[in-house]
Amino acid sequence: MFVSSAHAASTTETIVAQTDTHGAAGTAAPAAPDAHATETHTETGVAHEKAVFPPFDTTHFASQVLWLALTFAAFYLFLSRVILPRLGGIIETRRDRIATDLDQAARMKQDSDEALAAYEQELADAKKKAGSIAQTAQDEAKAKSDSEMAKITAELEQKLSEAEASIAAIKDKAMKEVGTIAEDTATEIVNKIIGGNVDKASVSAAVKAVRG
Amino acid sequence: MSNDPIHQFHINKWIPIDVGGVDLSFTNSSAFMVATVAVASAFLYFTSSNRGLIPTRLQSVSEMAYEFVASTLRDSAGSAGMKFFPFVFSLFMFVLVANMLGMFPYFFTVTSQIIVTFCLAILVIGTVLAYGFAKHGFKFLGVFVPSGVPKLLLLLVVPIEIISFLSRPISLSVRLFANMLAGHITLKVFAGFVASMSALGALGIGGSILPLAMTVALTGLEFLVAFLQAYVFTVLTCMYLNDAVHPGGH
Repeated sequence: MFVSSAHAASTTETIVAQTDTHGAAGTAAPAAPDAHATETHTETGVAHEKAVFPPFDTTHFASQVLWLALTFAAFYLFLSRVILPRLGGIIETRRDRIATDLDQAARMKQDSDEALAAYEQELADAKKKAGSIAQTAQDEAKAKSDSEMAKITAELEQKLSEAEASIAAIKDKAMKEVGTIAEDTATEIVNKIIGGNVDKASVSAAVKAVRG
Repeated sequence: MSNDPIHQFHINKWIPIDVGGVDLSFTNSSAFMVATVAVASAFLYFTSSNRGLIPTRLQSVSEMAYEFVASTLRDSAGSAGMKFFPFVFSLFMFVLVANMLGMFPYFFTVTSQIIVTFCLAILVIGTVLAYGFAKHGFKFLGVFVPSGVPKLLLLLVVPIEIISFLSRPISLSVRLFANMLAGHITLKVFAGFVASMSALGALGIGGSILPLAMTVALTGLEFLVAFLQAYVFTVLTCMYLNDAVHPGGH
């Protein structure tokens, strides 16, 4: 009984010690004094051996400075001789290219604007010209029709006056013949009525008197 | 030992080189510096080799990087600052690619070494100082004298300006270094939780889902940080270079 309990106690102690070891392994935090302190030291054992934190270990400073100087100098030379002129050149070329392209685009836009203006000008001119042509054609047609109208009117007038003249002539002739017919008729009538010859001259005088 | 979050920052000698007692070995760090330069150079070289007027997707990535750095530099340092463009572009690409390569498991993160970021920062400040004095002579000291400040206040302001100038290489290098270091440690710690909890049995495997989700989320965050820190490093470099080009232009 007594032995076993002592054994149990010692096992728990070892377990505790083990867990502490694990804790210290991760954090390197000193969890307990004395017994565990040695544990912590062995965990950071390297630091214990050399007694310095590696970045502050001066034994390697000379070598680091030398190799840094060599590598950085080589890097600087390579970049400033090869890489940077090249990258700068690429960027410069692109910038130039973009600038010229923009210029060209602006010029093209100007050209197209001018072309558009010229087109519109021509369109307006054409419209104006078309208008004037139409106007002239209309005027000409009007003038032509007017003159033809006048000609026809004149012809008609002439025909009218000719007709009127012939009508008047016919009328005159008819009127003239009316007298003779009347004399002849009167002579006949008188001859029939009286049964003798009537002096033609006296009849015509009588007719003339009747007609007024 | 694979659970140790610091392990990834250890430097291993690949080819030991010793010159006059100074250890100049080719280490894993050196190898990843070479890899960074090789990857960045190859990417930039092959994506731009067509010189396409209409860029392919990858070519436009290179062009974006170019124009991004160029506009950042022009915005802060003006067109006079453009003479530093190759330098700033190299810095940006180096830091960015080094950070991104560090995101691969088992890869070494060059920018998590304080000496590397400090050298880069010193290079920036050194360039500012060297160019500033060469170009403007003693007028460059006008950087420390903000315009429009009363004479009496200058006694106070000038030392502050000098201190802030001197702290620049420190803040510039520590910012990048600490971000990369902390991010990688955090990732490793959470990933370590997954491994150690799973070892505890069924309950542990169930419980390890949480740190696993955290690891996935952190990985996304770390990609963001990797880009952001390269960007911040570049922007600050541009601002410091502005002082070299236009001293007294505060």
